[in-house]
Amino acid sequence: MAEQALPVLDVRGLKTVFRTRGGEIHAVNDVSFHLNRGEVLGVVGESGSGKSVTMMSLIRLLPSPPADIRAGQVVLNGKDLLQMDAEDLRHVRGAKVGFVFQDPMTSLNPVFTIGSQIMEPLRAHMGMTKAAAAARAVELLELVGIPDARKRLKAYPHQFSGGMRQRVMIAIALACDPDVLIADEPTTALDVTIQAQILELMKELRRKLGMAIIWITHDLGVIAGIADRVLVMYGGQVVEHAPVGELFANPQHPYTRALLKTIPKISGAREARLKVIEGQPPIMTGAPQACPFRARCEYRHDPCEKVNPLRRGGGWSSSGPGP
Amino acid sequence: MLDATPGLLAGGPLVQVDGLKMHFPIYSGILRRHTGDVKAVDGVSFSINAGETLGLVGESGCGKSTVGRALLRLYEPTAGRVVIDGEDVASLSPEDLRKKRPAMQMVFQDPQASLNPRMTLSRIISEPLDEHTDWAEAKKLARVHELMDAVGLNRRFDNRFPHEFSGGQRQRIGIARALALNPRFIVCDEPIAALDVSIQAQVVNLLEDLQEKLGLTYLFISHDLSMVRHIADRVAVMYLGKIAELSPRDALYSRPLHPYAEALLSAVNEPDPALAANRRRIILTGDVPSPANPPKGCNFCTRCPKVMDICRTVKPDLTEVEPQRFVACHLYPKTQAAGSTGASEATERNQQGVSL
Ligand SMILES: Nc1ncnc2c1ncn2[C@@H]1O[C@H](COP(=O)(O)OP(=O)(O)OP(=O)(O)O)[C@@H](O)[C@H]1O
Ligand SMILES: Nc1ncnc2c1ncn2[C@@H]1O[C@H](COP(=O)(O)OP(=O)(O)O)[C@@H](O)[C@H]1O
Ligand code: SF4
Ligand SMILES: [Mg+2]
Ligand SMILES: [Mg+2]
Repeated sequence: MAEQALPVLDVRGLKTVFRTRGGEIHAVNDVSFHLNRGEVLGVVGESGSGKSVTMMSLIRLLPSPPADIRAGQVVLNGKDLLQMDAEDLRHVRGAKVGFVFQDPMTSLNPVFTIGSQIMEPLRAHMGMTKAAAAARAVELLELVGIPDARKRLKAYPHQFSGGMRQRVMIAIALACDPDVLIADEPTTALDVTIQAQILELMKELRRKLGMAIIWITHDLGVIAGIADRVLVMYGGQVVEHAPVGELFANPQHPYTRALLKTIPKISGAREARLKVIEGQPPIMTGAPQACPFRARCEYRHDPCEKVNPLRRGGGWSSSGPGP
Repeated sequence: MLDATPGLLAGGPLVQVDGLKMHFPIYSGILRRHTGDVKAVDGVSFSINAGETLGLVGESGCGKSTVGRALLRLYEPTAGRVVIDGEDVASLSPEDLRKKRPAMQMVFQDPQASLNPRMTLSRIISEPLDEHTDWAEAKKLARVHELMDAVGLNRRFDNRFPHEFSGGQRQRIGIARALALNPRFIVCDEPIAALDVSIQAQVVNLLEDLQEKLGLTYLFISHDLSMVRHIADRVAVMYLGKIAELSPRDALYSRPLHPYAEALLSAVNEPDPALAANRRRIILTGDVPSPANPPKGCNFCTRCPKVMDICRTVKPDLTEVEPQRFVACHLYPKTQAAGSTGASEATERNQQGVSL
């Protein structure tokens, strides 16, 4: 992809707040990033850091209340999704942006056949006839590596294994040839050998179809294997973004550095003791005025209490120490 | 502080498992006739030395948890011997089993689900003490505090409830409870699977510290192969109710012998893009067969990239193919004498359904 080309997706200053009985939860705080055509953007961060809420906010999938998108722009192919009317938005969700979520059993409807669930978006958004949609569904199932596809159209979700259900979810997400695929922990619930199958499949589909992928995971190994660029989230903010090689070779933000040291390796020298990130994740009851990582940071110094070193330009470049 | 069990000889096997089978009966039809069995564990043999950590890995449903539970006789094994510290747990009378319980404990996967939400932390941790000692309340509370110190929980929290703690802290509560009666052997069943990556290291470090201090012996069940490489001395790889390979840790990770062990390790994602790019991955096709209806020959023959004719008809035995390395695969001829871990086929007991 050419450097100059406009990104397919451009997110600026996104803020999402949940209004709960216990007060406000500032789940996403001024998040900005872009996605180039045909690239895989990995998103990592600990549980509760705002990964899912960010992606659900993009396409306005969060129920409001309690969710409230307070600010931001989400420009997809030149149009701001946050300003779009319901009709256009439905079309975007069905045809321009596909999703795969973590647990395939909850995402597929148990009472409908696999076939009807794949055909639904084709008929609704592409105006296909039943026969055309069925033919395309077979094609999609074959594409995601489900053998005997024609027969399997009549199967119900419970007749498929976890790995197969996840493939079906991918087939549905791909049905209308989306420009962007958002995959939220799509392989976390699967075993490593099945995970490996799905990862290979996604890489191949990207090559073949040229779509851009946002891949959320807590597994840095998956990120290393599939991503071109990586966003690291902490406390509802993007604390670092970098090309994948750069991130692993030369992590800048103290959280990223600590994170990379807590995980054991499968080869090379065995670490005698694992590094630990002491302390607890931040409680996000207000917009962060100071650095959200300061309580757990080994490089903490005075300014960290006073300013919120939001990402500026390329990567983490706040008042913290250099590499 | 807590003391290491006295008189513990490092080196000898503390746990010796021979021909362990755990079959769950399937009943069907209106008459609820016994029509088959889920062969969750189907002839498993291994030993664990005192002070050692044996890793048990494999994909979900392969029988890891069932091995752990059958070892501690939370299930009634269908067949086999489980000798822990000189006594066959699988055949102890209920009274003798009760006396044996303190020596063997379990830490569970989901710290949330395994702790009673209506009990305070001190009640939870002292539950085993209520059951197995006649200590006065004050003595029990002193012990609870000692245990809380040992696992890094603040004593002041002893009156709080589980929901007031984070996942990592809840797992510490589970570990404290498991330690209450000074066990020698602990089955850790996916103790970190439900925890965030940054918290996993804390719990693993704690388990390692306690092992060193107290001379504990662990069966560490996990599907996280990188973490098992970190914590285990030897590793058993399970597939569909059987052990495919049992090897010392470094030997297994640098040169897996069984085709399934090889595929499983190659599928792990290395958190290093340079290495990830150069990795040769073995992508298996198809799904794991049902344990109610395993293949006739080698359990892995339906997915094995190296399958041969003999594999479809003859089950390979777990044999020592290199010193200390046990493999169940026809690719490896049985040259050496069968090792000590070879299954001595134990008498089948009556199959019984167990509901827990
Ligand atoms: N419906 C909701 N009401 C109130 N708070 C919410 C709601 N959904 C999410 N949150 C909060 O928003 C924050 C971000 O949550 P999010 O689901 O985005 O985390 P995540 O990074 O995806 O975590 P995980 O890795 O566990 O999936 C958390 O503090 C969470 O508790
Ligand atoms: N109580 C039970 N009754 C019937 N089948 C069971 C029971 N417990 C486990 N199984 C079956 O035994 C097999 C092994 O399960 P398990 O030991 O939990 O696997 P793992 O821990 O490796 O994921 C699975 O097929 C599972 O469905
Ligand atoms: S016995 Fe045959 S099928 Fe089984 S693992 Fe060895 S080569 Fe593969
Ligand atoms: Mg999430
Ligand atoms: Mg299990």
